[in-house]
Amino acid sequence: MSQFLAQPLGWGTGLIFAGSAVALLAVVLGFVTYAIYFERKVVGWVQFRHGPTRTGPLGLLQTVADVLKLLLKEDIIPALADKPLFVLAPLIAFVPSFAVLATLPFTESIHFADLGIGLLYYIAVSGITTLGSLCGAWAANNKYSIIGGMRAAAQMISYEIPLIMSLVGVILMTGSLNLIDIVNKQAEMGMWFFIPQILGFGIFIIASLAELSRTPFDIVEAESELVAGHMTEYSGFRYAFFMLAEYVYVFGMASITTLVFLGGWLPPFEFLGFIPGIVWFILKFCFMVFFYMWLRATFPRMRADQLMQLGWKVLLPLSLVNIFVTALLKEFF
Amino acid sequence: MGTVTTEEMMLNMGPQHPSTHGVLRLIVTLDGETIKKVDPVIGYLHRGTEKLAEDLNYTQIIPYTDRMDYLAAMLGNYNVVHCVETALGLEIPERAEYIRIITMELQRIASHLVWWGTFLMDIGATTPFLVAFRDRETILNFFNELSGARLTYNYMRVGGVKWDVPPGWVERVGEFVQYMKKELSNYHQLVSGNEIFLKRVIGVGTYTKEQAINYGLTGVMLRCTGVKWDLRRDEPYSIYDRFEFDVPTATEADCHSRYRLRLEEIVQSLRIVEQAVAQFPKDGDFMAKVPRVIRPPAGECYTRIESSKGELGTYIYSEGKDKPYRLKFRRPSFVNLSILPELLQGENMANTVAILGSIDIVLGEVDA
Amino acid sequence: MSTPEEKATAAAKAKEEAMRKLKERKAAAAGGTKPSASEPPAATVPEAQAEKPFSEMTPEEKAAAKAKAIAEAKAKAAAKKSGAEVPAASEPPAATVPEAQAEKPISEMTPEEKAAAKAKAIAEAKAKAAAKKSGAEVPAASEPPAATVPEAQAEKPFSEMTPEEKAAAKAKAIAEAKAKAAAKKSGAEVPAAASEPPAATVPEAQAEKPISEMTPEEKAAAKAKAIAEAKAKAAAKKSGEAAPAPAAEKPISEMTPEEKAAAKAAAVAAAKAKAAAKAKGGADTAEPAGDDDKAKAIAAAKAKAAAVAAAKAKAAAAGAAKATGGAGAGATDAAPSTPSPKQPVLDLIVKTITEKVGADAIEESYIRANSKDMPTIVVKREKWLDVATLLKNDPELDFNYVSNLLGIDYKTHMESVTYLHSLTKRHSLSVRVKTPDREDTKVPSIANLWRTADWHERESYDLLGIVYEGHPDPRRILLTDDWVGHPLRKDYVQFDEEV
Repeated sequence: MSQFLAQPLGWGTGLIFAGSAVALLAVVLGFVTYAIYFERKVVGWVQFRHGPTRTGPLGLLQTVADVLKLLLKEDIIPALADKPLFVLAPLIAFVPSFAVLATLPFTESIHFADLGIGLLYYIAVSGITTLGSLCGAWAANNKYSIIGGMRAAAQMISYEIPLIMSLVGVILMTGSLNLIDIVNKQAEMGMWFFIPQILGFGIFIIASLAELSRTPFDIVEAESELVAGHMTEYSGFRYAFFMLAEYVYVFGMASITTLVFLGGWLPPFEFLGFIPGIVWFILKFCFMVFFYMWLRATFPRMRADQLMQLGWKVLLPLSLVNIFVTALLKEFF
Repeated sequence: MGTVTTEEMMLNMGPQHPSTHGVLRLIVTLDGETIKKVDPVIGYLHRGTEKLAEDLNYTQIIPYTDRMDYLAAMLGNYNVVHCVETALGLEIPERAEYIRIITMELQRIASHLVWWGTFLMDIGATTPFLVAFRDRETILNFFNELSGARLTYNYMRVGGVKWDVPPGWVERVGEFVQYMKKELSNYHQLVSGNEIFLKRVIGVGTYTKEQAINYGLTGVMLRCTGVKWDLRRDEPYSIYDRFEFDVPTATEADCHSRYRLRLEEIVQSLRIVEQAVAQFPKDGDFMAKVPRVIRPPAGECYTRIESSKGELGTYIYSEGKDKPYRLKFRRPSFVNLSILPELLQGENMANTVAILGSIDIVLGEVDA
Repeated sequence: MSTPEEKATAAAKAKEEAMRKLKERKAAAAGGTKPSASEPPAATVPEAQAEKPFSEMTPEEKAAAKAKAIAEAKAKAAAKKSGAEVPAASEPPAATVPEAQAEKPISEMTPEEKAAAKAKAIAEAKAKAAAKKSGAEVPAASEPPAATVPEAQAEKPFSEMTPEEKAAAKAKAIAEAKAKAAAKKSGAEVPAAASEPPAATVPEAQAEKPISEMTPEEKAAAKAKAIAEAKAKAAAKKSGEAAPAPAAEKPISEMTPEEKAAAKAAAVAAAKAKAAAKAKGGADTAEPAGDDDKAKAIAAAKAKAAAVAAAKAKAAAAGAAKATGGAGAGATDAAPSTPSPKQPVLDLIVKTITEKVGADAIEESYIRANSKDMPTIVVKREKWLDVATLLKNDPELDFNYVSNLLGIDYKTHMESVTYLHSLTKRHSLSVRVKTPDREDTKVPSIANLWRTADWHERESYDLLGIVYEGHPDPRRILLTDDWVGHPLRKDYVQFDEEV
């Protein structure tokens, strides 16, 4: 597929390129729709209830109904809000979430851009979303939003560092930032990276939860604590954009976890190799998403300052230790 | 560049707020993330119960008590009938007493279950809320069979209870008790050891024993400081002195100790219900012989009971008529809430909800 | 547990167990010398018999078990009211002995039991008389336990006990009356007439029985007691304390004519005494509320007094502690009024306040019998802050906890009532502070002493308009800040009348 996409740009090929991007968009949107549905179902089952069952067969059209509602809502912009920034903030939050999907390889053949620095690109671009939250908080001209936005920004920035540091161990072992190389290295090693890089895996999972602002780090959105977060003043489709950004990041983060630590499209045992790689990718990806939802149903929320302490005082030193140990092992073995 | 000044910000946790357990308004003055001053504004649910009571006879007041602490309506009912009965010097038949004990303790369990669920929901865990409510449903169904209502029962009367228990009811309550005892281990497994939860509640919202007594705190708020004071044990009313139960106390007086104590109290209430079911008389009256018009003798009477929130008291000044001249309820939520400004001073903003949740207030009772 | 019969027996058995344990606990708390070994065996006898295939055993056993349970509960309640702290070691064990023996198929035990109980009662009475003469604080607990003996025996459905019991009780009553009179003559604080409740309970307990042979002795005892009490009241009144205690209980049907007569006599005597005291001009402090209360009370005095006696008869052990005013009782005190076990507390409080703040601080003091014997004092509002400080700081009183604080709008004046409690000493007090009229409604604030009072006073101000001077934050609390008027006042007119 990358050869196909490497063709010179013409009208025909351009259309096909756009079409394939739209196809990915459709897949991701479909994922988002049913991830939201599935999340409500899973959390419901954990809590002894059914979740959505009424809209459509088995409640499958619930998210469709919700999105439709959001689209049809009145677009309210507060009078004292900073209007250009208010309009722009959801876009700044949302666009990077799609942009990072370009570098994700779903199988050896199905991928869009095969960047040499794929992993770094992902982490770097996903950091732009923080700006979007901050803009949104400021533009709303609301005390609650500002406090919430500050907290969101602080949280996301603090956890970027352990996130990257935990990946450095994998990069050291692979010798490349290219995601396909990382998966191939796992095939070569015969084991997935979560085994030799167990510490990194643990740190990555925690940091990714914080990056996604999901429970137990959902101070940002579930601010029944005190404020309703940076999204207080947004209603209707602007609000939907922030939520969409979050779920697309779930897609992205689950994919990265699958690729880097869980072997991507590789089967767990060789004799199962007849099952196509994409199926394995989807299975592992679904497991990660389910894991996020499971945690949401079970755990309480961390306090903002405890969250920061965890990021800086625990995860960062541990990830540095991980790098050091990996480097030592790589040097001497 | 001149000097950098910082201002204090005033934040309003408005009357409508998901975490204030009702219509409570907190005017918080913040310096950054530290709270400088909190001014609770109450009265949003003030319904003038005490004024209304002056025009109602004693039986008509009982439904109002359901609605004060609406999560512990049986205890509210008992509170007022006990005061009238004390003033009259009535002796209550055995069966009525046992029915009352069972319903009051079941109500205490239900109230603590709601507290557990909502406290954890404020902390961020959404599942315990549904787990607690599922078990509370069983209790509410029992009350439904008994009185026809799930929340506001209007069940107790001066002299006894309004209706007798349906056949088989007591046995089913006994089965529920056995079920609930096992179920509580699930509750602990779900939450009590969770690191995140523990970090949020240990050491949060502490105060001293002297402060607690001076502020008039009662119930778990007092027992968490180490004072072993439970009106069921120390000033027994009804037939509580026949039952064996412990009064759990703690010493740290933080949110975690209050959490533990309330769960322990559920255990103790289950013990009482178990014993009451075992001793339940086969037959007997469920209502004493009271005159049609209840006229306590002239004078005042003040009695207090141990409600799930603390010491719930009724003061009646009667002129010998069928309506009270003055009726006042001593409401534990009202008194327990008064320590909130003290507790929150200098505290981190993020702990507000945890501390407020651990006080366990019901706004209907705060405002009456 | 299949058949209802089995269930019922199991229930009765369970209750027995509970009562027994309760009794043990109470006994252990009161003295700890009770030979606990005697109980389980006795208790297990009927329980063991409960296991048998239920045939002839069940009815008698059930009856016995129930009787025992009731006896135990009442005994325990009486003992608790007497003040568990006072170690009355000899009494509870003795009291439990008859109860334990009640379980057995009752026959041979009774004579020895009766004799033992009687001897004990007489010894107690003598000891008490001696103690009173020496002016020591009367250990109140010794009497109620003795009272439980006749009560416990009263539960038993047998007749032979009664003559000795009557005699013992009567002897005791007479001894106590004499002792009381002597003590009063010496001018000492009238001891917390603990002798009265037991004496009263004796006729009451005996009144429960099918009143046949008892009546003559009962009448005599009741009369003696009533006269003694009336005398006591008169003496106390002379010392200047007046207390309108309209404590009375609901009119209940059964009242023995003798009790009524005795009650009437007492009421009349008390009224006369009060009038005499007033005439001497010592009742100026009791005027405002005293008149209202007195009028009310006198109007209902007779019926109430008789009702009090009857009510006590009905609720034997519970009624034992209910007093309609000990020393210094007011006009409404019923004749068979037994001084409350809380009287020592009241006396201690009154004494301490009088010593440390001044004799004029307290206007009245009395016991509210139908409010669980709450000691009540009325304090002059100028002295209220001093009295409150004393109540809080005095190590013997140690009222560290405010249970309730409210305002009342009597149509002629306002009142602020505070209920104090001591968590360490386990005693309560109710304090009333009156304002002279409805315009001048200032009362000193005690919010700086007890922070509980803070919000309570704000509520009282908000709803009734009683202004608490010295309050740290005198704002409205329940109503909006711009509300006009005080709704709980009797003359409050709603803004929107048709609502």
